[in-house]
Amino acid sequence: MGSLALILAGGIYLSSHLPQHVPLAPAAVLLAASAVLLAGNLALLARVDGFAWAKFFEVAKWSLLAYAVISGLIEYSFVRNHVSGGPLVVLTLSLVVFAVHVPVLIGFTVARYWDVEPAPADA
Amino acid sequence: MATTAVPIDAPEAHAGPPVERPDFEIVPRRGLIVVAVVFVGLVAVIATNKLWPVTFLHVAGGAAWTTLDLFLGFVLGPIIGRMPVPARIEFTTRLMPKMVLIMPTVVAVTLAAGWQLANLTGTLQSGNPLHGWIVASFIVVGVLAVVALGLLEPANIAVLVELKKPRPNPAVIEGLMKRFIYAAGVLGAMQVATLLIMTKLASG
Repeated sequence: MGSLALILAGGIYLSSHLPQHVPLAPAAVLLAASAVLLAGNLALLARVDGFAWAKFFEVAKWSLLAYAVISGLIEYSFVRNHVSGGPLVVLTLSLVVFAVHVPVLIGFTVARYWDVEPAPADA
Repeated sequence: MATTAVPIDAPEAHAGPPVERPDFEIVPRRGLIVVAVVFVGLVAVIATNKLWPVTFLHVAGGAAWTTLDLFLGFVLGPIIGRMPVPARIEFTTRLMPKMVLIMPTVVAVTLAAGWQLANLTGTLQSGNPLHGWIVASFIVVGVLAVVALGLLEPANIAVLVELKKPRPNPAVIEGLMKRFIYAAGVLGAMQVATLLIMTKLASG
């Protein structure tokens, strides 16, 4: 949730300055921090034994499709309103992180409660 | 986004035979057609960039979002919490799949059309006297999004997946549904703030 809050904060910062000139450094820092947190969460998740990965991917892939569509709609609104250059790049990357982040949350929440078969004794 | 708080917290239901549940789709496929139509309409409205249709989509979407959040959280949720477990399960399996489609749709429409409307009316410009209220609305929406996307929607999907199992675990469902109860206060406050901000923007 921290990563999600960071990416939304970056989007709010940019959106509140557009269409005027906006210093990109704060938004870039928030984007980078969010991406690092997300990557860290995924790395920690990969180390969990017995995690229901099949269920995680089954749920996350469909959520990813839905949030890719929603992110695309938001991106279209920005492009239609002539956002360009550095702000567009940062906003686009923020939307990519957002579109990945929510499906990860949904997939993780489902998978953590999914019954996992114990590993065979001779493994 | 929010769905109703439906505490299915009856461990005694797990002691006997499985509680009967109607068959349901976690994501209603027919509803996807309606969602697609709405999104195509949104793209068309943004493309044409006319004030009336943009305002319509933003107001209609925002009103639906606010009303659903407040009604489900503070009216329907407590009522369902007092229903017998079988009735609660029946209601949940009928309502929550629809909410999986409805809430992301109204949120996406509201936000995209809202951005377009702010551009059209000039309130995005930092020199506009209402610009501060627009920024305030961004912050309110940001809080709503963190709660809804980070807490509630994952719980919504996980509850439905659990209910699809031959023997759902009531403790898992209870734990997930508690998120809705805890979040109801924050969501309610943010939605009231939204009403204050939006009426201020509309009245100048």
